[in-house]
Amino acid sequence: MPVRVETYDRTEDAARALSSSRSARFLGGGTLVMRAVNAGDQSFDTIVRLRDPSFSTIRSEGDGYTVGAGVTMAAVAQSRDLAFLAPVARVVGGPAIRNMATVGGNLFATGNYGDFTVALLALGATVNLAGSSGRGIPIDDFLRDRERHATSLVLSVTVPRPREAGAFRFLKVSRVKPKGVSVMSIATYLPQSGGRVQGARVAYGSMAPHPVRATGVERALDGQALDAAAIDRAAAAATQGLNPPTDAIASGWYRTEVAGVHLKRLLAGERR
Amino acid sequence: MTIEFRKEYFADERDDNLNEIGKPTQRQDALGHVTGRSPFFDDHLFDGLLHIRCVRSPHHHARIRRIDTSEAERMPGVVRIITGRDVPQNLNTLLSLLDFGIDDEPLLSEKKVSYKGEPVAAVVAESERAARDAVAKVRVDWEELPAVFDVEEAVKPGAPVVNDIYPGNLFIYHGKYDHQKLRFGDVEAGFRQADQVIEGRYQMSPIEQAPTETCGAIAAPETNDRYVVYTSTQALFFSLDTTSKLLKTPSNRLHFIGGTVGGGFGGKVDSLHEPLAVLGTMLTGRPCKYIFDREEEMQVGAPRGAERWYIRDGVMNDGRIVARKFIGYFDSGAYTRLSSYAIIKGVGHLPGPYTIPNVYADVYCVFTNRTPATAMRGFGITGVDFAIEAHMDKVAHAVNMDPIELRILNAYRDGDMKAHRRLAKNTALIECCQVAAEKAQWPISQKARQASSLREGGGERAKIPNFTAIDQNGLVTGFTAGNYARKAKRSEPAAPQSLPTQTPRHDSVPVAPRYEQPVRPQHQPAASAPPPPAPPAQTASDARRTRFSSISGLRRR
Amino acid sequence: MAKKPIQFHLNGSEKAIFVEEGQNLLDVIRRGVGDLTPKYGCGQGTCGTCTVLIDGKPHLSCLTLAETIEGRQVSTTGGLQRGAELHPLQKAFMEGFAAQCGYCTPGMLMAAKALLDKNPNPSRDEVVEAISGNICRCTGYEPIINAILEAAKAGGARRYG
Repeated sequence: MPVRVETYDRTEDAARALSSSRSARFLGGGTLVMRAVNAGDQSFDTIVRLRDPSFSTIRSEGDGYTVGAGVTMAAVAQSRDLAFLAPVARVVGGPAIRNMATVGGNLFATGNYGDFTVALLALGATVNLAGSSGRGIPIDDFLRDRERHATSLVLSVTVPRPREAGAFRFLKVSRVKPKGVSVMSIATYLPQSGGRVQGARVAYGSMAPHPVRATGVERALDGQALDAAAIDRAAAAATQGLNPPTDAIASGWYRTEVAGVHLKRLLAGERR
Repeated sequence: MTIEFRKEYFADERDDNLNEIGKPTQRQDALGHVTGRSPFFDDHLFDGLLHIRCVRSPHHHARIRRIDTSEAERMPGVVRIITGRDVPQNLNTLLSLLDFGIDDEPLLSEKKVSYKGEPVAAVVAESERAARDAVAKVRVDWEELPAVFDVEEAVKPGAPVVNDIYPGNLFIYHGKYDHQKLRFGDVEAGFRQADQVIEGRYQMSPIEQAPTETCGAIAAPETNDRYVVYTSTQALFFSLDTTSKLLKTPSNRLHFIGGTVGGGFGGKVDSLHEPLAVLGTMLTGRPCKYIFDREEEMQVGAPRGAERWYIRDGVMNDGRIVARKFIGYFDSGAYTRLSSYAIIKGVGHLPGPYTIPNVYADVYCVFTNRTPATAMRGFGITGVDFAIEAHMDKVAHAVNMDPIELRILNAYRDGDMKAHRRLAKNTALIECCQVAAEKAQWPISQKARQASSLREGGGERAKIPNFTAIDQNGLVTGFTAGNYARKAKRSEPAAPQSLPTQTPRHDSVPVAPRYEQPVRPQHQPAASAPPPPAPPAQTASDARRTRFSSISGLRRR
Repeated sequence: MAKKPIQFHLNGSEKAIFVEEGQNLLDVIRRGVGDLTPKYGCGQGTCGTCTVLIDGKPHLSCLTLAETIEGRQVSTTGGLQRGAELHPLQKAFMEGFAAQCGYCTPGMLMAAKALLDKNPNPSRDEVVEAISGNICRCTGYEPIINAILEAAKAGGARRYG
């Protein structure tokens, strides 16, 4: 079946087109949907486009920022407001991919892709869907049943501003330098109060079918000073409760072996 | 990039007064490349171009019960669906063009598939999308069969038969043996003489050439009842002759244009695209393009095959290697393609660039349910060289010797007899080792620094051993010796009932590790017996006069 | 299949063409317009050989839905030359042996042009970053990186093509 393209200027219309057909996909930057079109993916026959400029804006709101789903990785990397996310956006693909790939699309990236979403998960972002009357869905919940949301139009993501500089860290581990697909990615948000970590959020990419929290690591760090002993305990708990996948990039065994090493380097602030 | 010439070496063997060699020169195709105008195969536009996509097996090994194309034929944009019945001569092996190997691979399989991604039908359609959509509608009734993926598992009794032409899952060499032999001296005697015997097992996974341009071809009707074919092939006449054979079409009706290849690295010789593109054009009368997408290039495109090597060295405590025995397995995948020839080439290379008086090799070309393997840079050599050099380090460690000095000590020198019975000449391993050590600031002894490829070779080292232990291990019957192509070209393609048999030599022999099996020389040398007939004395110039290619050596036997 | 008319600029000249729904920009530039300089390598966004500039920024034409470029400026290697004169990047690639099989070259050139147009004197790291989405299987990258640095020295940032 040939592909049809439906282009809308109004968000509501695009959202309706998307939700009314199980064989429609929303086109963000094209890096996922056009790839599927090129491969002759038989699971959809309609591409839905939206030409609403507000879909690609970054707004400062209260304690955070609302980033339009159509904002590209290049735009994130250049945004002064989102400077804390620039190091994450800059390691997504090469320059051409970053000019195309969007924040919204990244939420749906599978396999070894979707590193930006790992950062959003650690930061505790919320995902705003069309027609959900302004209440965002916590990203944890969104990712848990991501497939169900495929027929919803993601409008934007609200990202809390990190409470202090340096509380948020990100590491993408790849074998090809400078750019390669992730063996794994790690994002940590470790705000401190009185010299101790309070409310740790640690997330991994490529360690499960979708970005996941490293709850064992969070437990090991919460309430602790971020010293060598705590980092060792966190590294020891690196893959607790996880069963990392085996794919073309790395085996599950390898991921399990190296996760603690990379986590330790990130927490200790070692640059590699 | 600066190139350093070490002209102090072999200065008298070389004329340095040359116009081009040793000087940078502009590639003749550079202007086309930087302007984006070099004509790759897909850079030819044809009005009314049709697109070919294949229906591929999702299974590693399966019998085809039925192919139902009826729904696909009714899809919009579909012009024609091709199956094996449409291929005039639907069985081929690339090496039949070199008089080597039995036809074993269909262009489009009709009865069974032996690797994941094997094509069983081809859709010719107005657009690539229409072809893809129709491929999704072809229904194939598969009967899945047990599959085998490991070379040593594949040669065990009872292993699934991958390729009916070779029921033992082994290619047949010279119509006689289920492996390629190399026999030089007597390794068992060498092991007895050695102070230590050092063993190792090495393996290399398949490697995809991954050219940036995927493999493909465009065919179009030309005037004078000919077909023009633009192709990415690295082997234009291979592709031309293969197409001619499969389509039973005289080659003078095929006008092949190639030469501009978007990266090949050996992976563009298999000639899978040209025959199907031409057949599509013959059946539809329109230009047809058949190109791998990236996924096909990686999954179906033939890689450098996997190899496994067992090496056993007899070593004196001073580091001299007196015997080296190889048991090697090339993973050919489901069909022969070029693996059998890679082994001939690899065996000619043994025991590596070293002079070792007793050498033995049994090398097996094994069929498994993996993607058929083909050529890649260093064809036939890379895997075993990795094994040899890794083993040299292991030997150096065992005899407590510097690994570079061990190599210099054992390196072949000009005038030495190699195991394949040619004199070594223009050798330079010693000098390479010396320069490498110098560049790496790796200390080596005065003696090693003073060694030379030009000295101390020849003499005793030029002699073929008086006694070489030979055997009939792996003998098979029913295959015509010497000329395989004639057998394959009989009026009927090899039918199952007329298939030759491979002696099930693995029935009683435990397979792994094969290198531990003692090999009994069949002819024990009697003390007073005259030496075996000596080959004609060879000098370097004689060798040149009698030289023949490693593969045609078979023909003259 | 429905076709849609689009208009855009290719290397400065206006193009008006019908595209198929779902057709990608690479196919439209090559088959539709006949500029064969961008190449197909993967259709997945991993190789970069189809890289073109859209409004001056590098994009992967194989992942760009053709109809989204309505009214925009597209540049390819086909527009790099100024008359008979090669762009400094092209000269540097030729002289520095930065093209072997030549298949990645058009994408490399466009990625490099995007860099030099906004950053006339890039560091080596910036060059490496700029071509990080482009795969070359022949050269090992060093000659390409060196050629881009040479082109920068030779004034590759001047507005050519």
